[in-house]
Amino acid sequence: MLTALLVMTGIALVLGALLGFASIKFKVEGDPLVDKIDAILPQTQCGQCGFPGCRPYATAIAGGEAEINQCPPGGEEGIRKLADLLGREFKPLSEEHGVEKPKSVAVIDEQTCIGCTLCIQACPVDAIVGAAKQLHTIIASECTGCELCLAPCPVDCIVMEPIAETVDTWKWRYPVFEIKAAA
Amino acid sequence: MLRKLFKFHGGVKPQTNKTESTTAPIGQVPLPDRLVIPLHQAVGGHPRPLVAPGDKVFKGQRIGGADGNLSSAVHASTSGIVRDVAPALMPHTSGLEALSVIIEPDGDDAWGQLDTINFRSAPPDEVRDYLRDAGVVGLGGAVFPSYAKLKPGKEGRLKTLVINGAECEPFITCDDLLMRERAPEMLKGIIAMRHMLQAEEVLIGIEDNKPEAVAAVQAAIAASGETGIEAVAIPTRYPAGGAKQLIRVLTGIEVPHGRRSTDFGVQCFNVGTAFSIYEALEFGRPLISRVVTVAGNVNAPRNYDVLIGTPMDHLVRLAGPRADTDRYIMGGPMMGVRLPRFDVPVVKATNCILVGSAALFPAPAPEMPCIRCGECAKACPADLAPFEMYWFSRAKNFGKAQEYHLFDCIECGCCSFVCPSHIPLVDYFRFSKSEIWAREREKEAADAARDRFEFKNYRQEREKQEKAEKLAAKAAATREKVAAEGAAPAADAPSAPAAKPKPSVDPAKLALIEAAMEKARQQKAQAAPKNTEVAAPEIKAEMAAIDARREAAGADKPADAPPASGA
Repeated sequence: MLTALLVMTGIALVLGALLGFASIKFKVEGDPLVDKIDAILPQTQCGQCGFPGCRPYATAIAGGEAEINQCPPGGEEGIRKLADLLGREFKPLSEEHGVEKPKSVAVIDEQTCIGCTLCIQACPVDAIVGAAKQLHTIIASECTGCELCLAPCPVDCIVMEPIAETVDTWKWRYPVFEIKAAA
Repeated sequence: MLRKLFKFHGGVKPQTNKTESTTAPIGQVPLPDRLVIPLHQAVGGHPRPLVAPGDKVFKGQRIGGADGNLSSAVHASTSGIVRDVAPALMPHTSGLEALSVIIEPDGDDAWGQLDTINFRSAPPDEVRDYLRDAGVVGLGGAVFPSYAKLKPGKEGRLKTLVINGAECEPFITCDDLLMRERAPEMLKGIIAMRHMLQAEEVLIGIEDNKPEAVAAVQAAIAASGETGIEAVAIPTRYPAGGAKQLIRVLTGIEVPHGRRSTDFGVQCFNVGTAFSIYEALEFGRPLISRVVTVAGNVNAPRNYDVLIGTPMDHLVRLAGPRADTDRYIMGGPMMGVRLPRFDVPVVKATNCILVGSAALFPAPAPEMPCIRCGECAKACPADLAPFEMYWFSRAKNFGKAQEYHLFDCIECGCCSFVCPSHIPLVDYFRFSKSEIWAREREKEAADAARDRFEFKNYRQEREKQEKAEKLAAKAAATREKVAAEGAAPAADAPSAPAAKPKPSVDPAKLALIEAAMEKARQQKAQAAPKNTEVAAPEIKAEMAAIDARREAAGADKPADAPPASGA
């Protein structure tokens, strides 16, 4: 009887120690779910979801504080991917957070720009170059199209231009065949 | 010697339709009214334009410089005036425009200064750069820059150099005619490639439905006295002209998924590429023309030596298109793509212009459900399971399609050809591939944006910290300075609080404020209007006059009041 108890206690202690060791040794920094959600989000850092950037929104989704349908740049496909990942029901994009728009880049009208640097401070990805009282310009290849530079511009010299399709980015269409109505 | 040949999996035997266009020799094309030369004609980076509207160009002058790691130059096909450097319609299904140089020929067709290079004595890197700047790309259809392929593998030498003269696709005969008429020149190009790659043996694979070409190449080899070069007739079977399929037939090597043929000591080039390498090395002529087959719905199908940039309708007119012509297809009936308009230019990738009509290529029968018969898998030369890839592509389940090695598909069209349900499988695969590429581009952009966002946050934190440190250091320095001068302010201290009775204020802090105000006063004294130094003398005189008037008018006002600027 006593031996059995001792053996059981011994095993419990050994396993407990093992588990304790493992939890320290293989500790995962941060929440891996947040990383997975963050990888799906489009990283425009536009804040349309109501959070200051994509990662805070990912954290909020993981924490159950936010819905999955608050990201207009991610669009319907983004919501589907999030629904798949989290095992939640698909929901259409929430209207209060915006509408899905074609991918665009910001363009500064060089005739109007006064060089106030306000847009530079607003750009989340440092895609605007310029200095005080110098002409600013946008590095089109780095621009995420977040539109955060539009509001601070005092002379409204920034416009969003949709990215045109080129031969390199053109996509083959889904094969569709005309079905003729039977006479 | 009888060479042992191998078989590749699958393949089909469509009607070849090649005899009509091989009856006449390669024809010449009169100069068109204008040439439209797209700058981006090869795989890789976009060449940058080197000419401007109004420039005079010579034949063979470089008009687009290679840009980036993998890119190839573009040249003027004839002498003339550059009319425009602007987007023009591309010979591409999309019907989109791309930056092109539009040249109005002057009729002289005059070559400019041509530099040649000796491939035997020059360092290999120089020869490769030379070929890059000569715009030599693979003319089999993939237009991959040839210089990038002319590097021997890790071992520094190649076992087999395969030259592709198979030309398996129906209607196309440009390589056949090139081999018949220009075999000795092509052979010189092959010898140069062999030298650059240090290849042990060269195998020229030609489908056995081209006996004249085989004979011509064999005669050229015999005449040159070279050893280790062999022209091999291979069984006619589509797609024997695919690089991996031809390598399999000639050497027995099956290049596995994710590997390159150079890993196995084999490299493959098209016969047309060999000829352009000869032209570039021997005469310094860049790639400005190619042999193009015009076939299909025309009265006299024939091959022509065509300048790059020639409008296709100009070329097709020579062959006599029939009245019911309603489409041009670039390439053959299996892999070709339908073009948006008739006047698109001939580019380096144009091996054939297949003129079509509703009678010649009737609309495909309606797509029926897949019955999973497996015919497509039997026909697939890449050993794939097209019906599975179709299933997932149709459902837009791209991850799964990729698991079935979608990117090993060479889009040869065998599966669509044999499908009893008339499913356009290749269309689905092309759709899937471009969707996957688009997603990858988006993913890359998102990752880059995340990095930049994180860096910006880090930078802002760092700047804040640096500013705080700087301020703290400055405050400490001033405090020290004040403490050093301490004796004098300390003596005055009792009188200062007396004027403004605030006994709680620390005298040290007061001294700091006093020091800051003194500094501000000095700065104000130094400050002068800064933007008037460069003004013209008359403007300066005018400004002086205004100042004088202002002083006179403001003389009765208190001296330190701002002169009417606040009003």
